Amino acid sequence: MNKRSVADLKTGERATIQSFTDETMSLKLLEMGCLPGAQVYLSAKAPLGDPICLNVAGYVLAMRRAEAATILIDND
Amino acid sequence: MKSSPVIGLVGNPNAGKSSLFNQLTGLRQKTGNFPGVTVDKKSGPWAIDEQTTATVVDFPGIYSIYPKSLDEQIVTDVLANSNHPDYPDVTIVVIDASNLHRNLLLFTQVIDLGVPVVLALNMLDVAKDEGKEVNAVRLAMQFQVPVVRINARTGEGLEPLKKAVLSQLRQPSFAEKLFFDPEKSANGVIADTKTQYQLSNNYLALQYVVQHDGFSFLNTQQRVGLDAIIDKHNFNETKFLASETIDRYRHIGPIVDDVVTDRRPANQRTWTQRLDRILLHPVWGYAIFLLILLLIFQTIFAWAQPFMDGIDAGVAWLNGQLKESLPVGPLSDLLTDGILAGIGGILVFIPQIAFLFLLVALLEESGYMSRVMLIMDRLMRPFGLNGRSVVPLISGVACAVPAIMATRSIGTRRDRLITILVTPLMSCSARLPIYTILIALVVPSQRVWGIFNVQGLALMALYLLGLVSALLAALVLKLVLKAKERSYYIMELPTFKLPRWNHVALTVWESVRAFVWEAGRVILAISIVLWVLASYGPGDAMDKAEANVRQQNTSLGNDELQNQIASERLEKSYAGVFGHFIEPVIRPLGYDWKIGIALLSSFAAREVFVGTMSTIYSIGSSDDETGVTIRERLRQERNPETGGPMYTPALAWSLLIFYVFAMMCMSTLAATQRETKSWKWPAVQLVYMMTLAYVAAFATYQFMK
Repeated sequence: MNKRSVADLKTGERATIQSFTDETMSLKLLEMGCLPGAQVYLSAKAPLGDPICLNVAGYVLAMRRAEAATILIDND
Repeated sequence: MKSSPVIGLVGNPNAGKSSLFNQLTGLRQKTGNFPGVTVDKKSGPWAIDEQTTATVVDFPGIYSIYPKSLDEQIVTDVLANSNHPDYPDVTIVVIDASNLHRNLLLFTQVIDLGVPVVLALNMLDVAKDEGKEVNAVRLAMQFQVPVVRINARTGEGLEPLKKAVLSQLRQPSFAEKLFFDPEKSANGVIADTKTQYQLSNNYLALQYVVQHDGFSFLNTQQRVGLDAIIDKHNFNETKFLASETIDRYRHIGPIVDDVVTDRRPANQRTWTQRLDRILLHPVWGYAIFLLILLLIFQTIFAWAQPFMDGIDAGVAWLNGQLKESLPVGPLSDLLTDGILAGIGGILVFIPQIAFLFLLVALLEESGYMSRVMLIMDRLMRPFGLNGRSVVPLISGVACAVPAIMATRSIGTRRDRLITILVTPLMSCSARLPIYTILIALVVPSQRVWGIFNVQGLALMALYLLGLVSALLAALVLKLVLKAKERSYYIMELPTFKLPRWNHVALTVWESVRAFVWEAGRVILAISIVLWVLASYGPGDAMDKAEANVRQQNTSLGNDELQNQIASERLEKSYAGVFGHFIEPVIRPLGYDWKIGIALLSSFAAREVFVGTMSTIYSIGSSDDETGVTIRERLRQERNPETGGPMYTPALAWSLLIFYVFAMMCMSTLAATQRETKSWKWPAVQLVYMMTLAYVAAFATYQFMK
């Protein structure tokens, strides 16, 4: 089975960040607090399901689905 | 200690940096550029004690010292270069206490650069509301730096901040060892850089290695040297920076655990989340956005009207008084018809501009603008734009120049270029005067469905036309321009906040002042030149014309005779000659030589159009007829061929459409040139917009006449 990513989360669903598939993107995400092992949850989606809003460490990051797909997760 | 030290403000976006800056400098702040680059620099004086007045420099908000956009680059460019004129003697790092982990990431990077810092712990009230207590003393002990508790919104804690800054100025103290020492894991690269560039700080050496392309203080030879070091050691920048960030967070974690007591109940739904459920809703989200836009246009048109009428009447009254009391002669004519008419044309738009900036500032301040970016991103993408393009496009409604500068936050080059090229199609406030006068002339002032003013709807239609054409132009550009890098979009969604009223007031004040001062000077100068051109002509052609009229029309009444003389004289003036010269080109659009003069004079700045019309038509009317506004004069103007009104709906709409598209603004072209660093793109912008304007106005006139 393919690994799940943040892009596969449903609104309200929780998960733990496991790793990143894209080095350049991971730099930006890391700086914004998306660390491996961090708890995240999908707080909202924009009307067309893209971009998505991800709760990380107490604040909300908006990102596109394509970017969210580079964050691999473990289910909680 | 220096008598005029520089204090830098650094911090995450939304950490309260700008609030603190406003608290420290108030109305004395000024906006300029960092030397050599076109990044906005806000700075202002701050009296620390009786002898010392510091210059506070507000740096762009950043998440880390590794820049993601042009704007952010300036921060490290200055902080890594102690010879830079804006290099701070003390750096105040503003920290959002409710979000310590991420804010401390930047903080630890800044202290590692070796600059003396003061940590300003802000938003403690927000943290408290979330059930978090932050211990400032422990934080100071952990980092060995001065920590000051402040509230940037209310101005609490400014005195302790002064004391801390002052003692750092007198006796700078630094952290003893680096929070993150790159030498451990990137040994050879750092050692080589340090010897080759005479550096003592390991972390600064790392910045030379990974950021040298963005450092303006390094020459080509030095950059090549650094590339060679990277090659020699086979250094992988991306991997290294990722591990730096992870390492920093690993050490920040225990520190935050030590200083924060968290009593937050899990899973509590905040009112930001509740609001977002509505504002990001597939139906309500867009409906509310549309409603807000509609409200903005109603405000600009309806609420501003009484104020504008007041100013209009005031200027007309003053003009009348002056004409009565001053001796008749060319100088008093210049004062009344030239200068006062020009100034009146500027002042009257202050209410609309103030309302527009007020509303945009409120949306920005409350956090709603970020939601707009979010719900618009998916819709903008097919057009080669992204969610971040929405802010430039919406600011473009105020003025294209700051809007084009606001595109710097768009990280991708192609998206940014497209946004720059199409933003001037958004109807800016300089077009508003033209729209207002012409709409009032040909659209009846009625209400539909009881609430909407038809004139307001017509205005909104013009703005929508601008928006739609901007999107279509972007679509065409997307097909022409090839993407060189991938576009990305990651941003923090701020919580909803009550607007800071002093912030909003400052924004409105700044924009009105800039409009009156910057645009006003141009308009005034052109008004005077135009008055001269319209009052004098080649040789004695004007006098001959007058004699001619007197001979042929002996039977006319005095008023009519004077009118006839004035208009004949204008036609034979220098301005008239110009107007006639371009008349063949603009005839198919329905314009005569008088409009031709206005078109020519507004080429540098479209807002000049109305001022020019005022000047032309007040010259072209008899002198005893005072206190009549420009709108009335246009209504009275007759078409010499048909005998009917000159300003028919066909002509007015042709002019309106022309101004929706026409690129008549030197400042915008200059901004495009600056931002794209090439003459090609402003040329492209000028040609495509003018062509569009001519073709569309031609079609409109031919179709409606």
